[in-house]
Amino acid sequence: MAKPKVAFYWCASCGGCEEAIIDLNEKILEVADLINIVFWPCAMDFKYADVRKMADQEIDACFINGAIRTDEQLEMAKLLRKKSKMVISFGACSHLGGIPGLANFYDKHSIFDVSYKAACPSIENPENIVPETKVKVPEGELTLPAFHNTVKSLDQVVTVDYYIPGCSPAPYLTLEAIHKILANDLPAKGSVLAPDKSLCDVCSRNDTKPEKLMLDEINRISLVDADPEKCFLAQGIICMGPVTRAGCRKEGDGRCITVNMPCRGCYGAPNNVKDVGGKMVSALASILGVENEEDYDEEKITKLMDQIVDPAGTFYRFSLPVSMLHRTRSEKQI
Amino acid sequence: MKRFEPKIVCFLCKWCTYAGADLAGTSRLKYPANGIVIKTLCSSRIDSEHILHAFARGSDGIFIGGCHPGDCHYQTGNYKTKRRIVLLKRVLEQMGINPDRLRLEWISASEGNKFARQMTDFTEQIRALGPIPKYDRKEDISNG
Ligand code: SF4
Ligand code: SF4
Ligand code: FES
Repeated sequence: MAKPKVAFYWCASCGGCEEAIIDLNEKILEVADLINIVFWPCAMDFKYADVRKMADQEIDACFINGAIRTDEQLEMAKLLRKKSKMVISFGACSHLGGIPGLANFYDKHSIFDVSYKAACPSIENPENIVPETKVKVPEGELTLPAFHNTVKSLDQVVTVDYYIPGCSPAPYLTLEAIHKILANDLPAKGSVLAPDKSLCDVCSRNDTKPEKLMLDEINRISLVDADPEKCFLAQGIICMGPVTRAGCRKEGDGRCITVNMPCRGCYGAPNNVKDVGGKMVSALASILGVENEEDYDEEKITKLMDQIVDPAGTFYRFSLPVSMLHRTRSEKQI
Repeated sequence: MKRFEPKIVCFLCKWCTYAGADLAGTSRLKYPANGIVIKTLCSSRIDSEHILHAFARGSDGIFIGGCHPGDCHYQTGNYKTKRRIVLLKRVLEQMGINPDRLRLEWISASEGNKFARQMTDFTEQIRALGPIPKYDRKEDISNG
């Protein structure tokens, strides 16, 4: 049998997902023997034209990392979808919108203001020039892909067959996925190729949670010395473990937990959670200010919640574009 | 111009506010018919996910009615609701949605009048705010 044709592509991402493939180390050679890489702009010399020339569905499996933020990424996502039998959304940005998705708290114009105009202290731009899709120069016309107002996950622009989550995906998960693809042993389309459990379910600190968790103080990880064995939530430190899918390590605690950092939610939600922000609001409200709760008036509750700095940014750190609201809206001025 | 008729989802606790709404009806009290009522077992049964979902699907305002403090059928559900709504309003504000679009009130089974008053007041407040700002993914792409 001919070796399966595989493609890798990147959209709005940091390059960490490409690194995650390199992180397969010597295993990458094993994999490279089994597949035929037909497109991987980050690592090998291919041109978009090479993809355009391919027959439809010629690529067996296409791994796309990064969020969709520009016309170029949108166009490539659509082209690769057409040329591929299977599209795998690779990494948190492609799966959830990721860190670039935090741009959805703003809009294109405010982002340009901060990046190119006076709002940016390190830039001198008296003519307030911002990127345009077309610009005339003496030598002719130059073009740039359009910058979208909203960052999207890959599945918001093309159909995705499978997801490999994580910022960045754990190499063992990538390898498992490749072997499953080679063996044609895949779950239902649309599945996330990681366990459907929460990180708390696999966390060694879970047992240190008291029967009824009651807090009246929120601590920030940067301001306290966290106990290396006790559940972060029980220490009043916000940990996204309850609403985050397990799998960032093959066995045992999450990657961040092992280095005494709370989980920030990069693996996205397990199947039963529809909106991580909503679920975290509910979870925190049920453990905060429980003791003598009948004595809490509006003011006292407000003070309590004030301790949670930037709740939306904390809860949706990796997943704002796939949250139920997708982005900030703007109310009409009255 | 036609008057804007807000779409309002009302999650009402079956033990108190739902009965209060019933009383408002049987007493033939007049109030705007903009609210779509969903009966819940307790105000705390309404997860923040339900509220976000309703806003995402275009409801202009969401009204939650629960038992007065001390009266919750499950003892402390309404205390939890209160904390949840305060925190959720923060999140809504960050998402550019006016937190006044979400209102929590304690209304007992005997307070039909209060229910009618609240419905009138809330409907007018949402009418003044206008439709919930929408996000259209397709339009967003074509506009670049
Ligand atoms: S909240 Fe965090 S530290 Fe606590 S059990 Fe869950 S994953 Fe572990
Ligand atoms: S612990 Fe949480 S944030 Fe850290 S790698 Fe795992 S899923 Fe991602
Ligand atoms: S039973 Fe009515 S608020 Fe809990």
